[in-house]
Amino acid sequence: MSASQGSTNTNTEPWGSFDDNVIQGSGSAVIDMENMDDTSGSSFEDMGEIHQREEEEEEVTAEAAATEEDNGEYGEFLGMKGLKGQLGRQVADEVWQAGKRQASKAFNLYANIDILRPYFDVEPNQVRNRLVESLIPVRMINFPQKVAGELYGPMMLVFTMVAILLHGMKTSGTVIREGTLMGTAIGTCFGYWLGVSSFIYFLAYLCNAQITMLQMLSLLGYGLFSHCMVLFITYNVHFHSLFYILWLVIGGLSTIRMVAVLISRTVGQTPRLILCGTLAALHMLFLLYLHFAYHKMVEGILDTLEGPNIPPIQRVARDVPVVANAVVNATIKSIAAVVQSQ
Amino acid sequence: MRSKMAEVEESSKPLFAGLSDISISEDIPVEGDISMPVGSQNADNDFSTLDEPVKDTILRDLRAVGQKFVHVMYPKKSSALLRDWDLWGPLLLCVTLALMLQGGSVDSEEDGRPQFAEVFVIIWFGSVIITLNSKLLGGTISFFQSLCVLGYCILPLTVAMIVCRIVLLGGSGLVSFVVRLIVVTASFSWSTFASTAFLADSQPPNRKALVVYPVFLFYFVIGWMILTFSPSH
Repeated sequence: MSASQGSTNTNTEPWGSFDDNVIQGSGSAVIDMENMDDTSGSSFEDMGEIHQREEEEEEVTAEAAATEEDNGEYGEFLGMKGLKGQLGRQVADEVWQAGKRQASKAFNLYANIDILRPYFDVEPNQVRNRLVESLIPVRMINFPQKVAGELYGPMMLVFTMVAILLHGMKTSGTVIREGTLMGTAIGTCFGYWLGVSSFIYFLAYLCNAQITMLQMLSLLGYGLFSHCMVLFITYNVHFHSLFYILWLVIGGLSTIRMVAVLISRTVGQTPRLILCGTLAALHMLFLLYLHFAYHKMVEGILDTLEGPNIPPIQRVARDVPVVANAVVNATIKSIAAVVQSQ
Repeated sequence: MRSKMAEVEESSKPLFAGLSDISISEDIPVEGDISMPVGSQNADNDFSTLDEPVKDTILRDLRAVGQKFVHVMYPKKSSALLRDWDLWGPLLLCVTLALMLQGGSVDSEEDGRPQFAEVFVIIWFGSVIITLNSKLLGGTISFFQSLCVLGYCILPLTVAMIVCRIVLLGGSGLVSFVVRLIVVTASFSWSTFASTAFLADSQPPNRKALVVYPVFLFYFVIGWMILTFSPSH
């Protein structure tokens, strides 16, 4: 860095010293002076720039003197040379560093996944135990039951249910217009898990139940294990009666467990009734919906093929009007036959 | 990293012992360099790849991608795939798979087939979620390294897709279904095994199952999409 050829010439080095400038310039300098020091004229690359700067110094001095108020001596250092040259590069560098610092601060604040890290701190045998426990109703409802607050199990269960739903939608030949199969499956499963959890948490807040959002998410997530099992079986084995039995037994067990945990954390008859009734209804109806929404196509085809002569074991007729019409027609014919025979 | 690998080998559960017994091979050269030059002022003085012909650049990148394909097909426990990660290979594989799985127009009869965007989104978002999951479980692998590994391990499934397409040319009866089922199952287990060989090392030893399950689910969904693909003619 060339020294100022102006008034003070405190040169101890050939390239000029800037000790005074460093001390006084930190208040108003846009650029960190230390950065400029690093790549100053002590290296060969900048010799050319030193010459360049000496040539342009005069026009810069006049400009800088006009703009600077009380910083006369070192005003030349802050000459405005535009984007070319050492100064411009330093400015660009500083802007980049500042921007990067801001972005990483914002990122660390909002997108920090370390916030979620404690909720994923589980062992495989813990997950397995909780999966099994989700089907076993608790006996003691007099004191609050412990609910594990983890998110790994529920998330994996939701994704498994998405996969099972996809399979069900595919085999039933569901046609989705204005959307995609995958989007519908993901939307349904995540929507149920997050939406119903939030709704029940809100109700729990109204009914003064002692449960946090995380615990509610975890409880409902593990409750989806029963749904996964029932859907996995009944999407492949299409027996209605089997579905109803599984719906009542497995769905019921899981619902009873969730309800018992909630009861143990709520005080008062009416709040308990409201909260648990809502949860039970939503949980069971969701399973019913998932089975029948994507089962229709297969059933429709099979019903038209078999007609009203349905074998007693296999299928219960869904299309009640058709069967009712058939029955009515048969009755009328038999009555007509009886009347005519008289 | 070598000593950490050795520790993991000693304390791994019997269930996954087979994965850590793969021999280490250090003499397979892998190309690709992601190191940044020190200080942008020296860019013109350093070796610059801007002046070489485009053919050289493309061939060099293709060669790097090809080397990594070889690593995936024969999964040895080497750190090459992790050290010099790139996302060209996964992009290539993903686009190929999505093009081959693409469905017809919306009004056609075969409406159940996935669209290009669906497959693309499944692969990339699935990879992102698995990466986040493995990081949250305490993994030491970085975000893009994990994306790279998961993307490259789709290669066996892409090969299976090509084979299924060829088999379907001969008819779509029960025999072809059985053949396709075997091919897809084999390639899906190969994919899962290959990616586990790379990813599981970065986890604490008793949590490997927690990381393997989402990977299994991911490749299962892709394999199922391949298996249920039926041509429109």
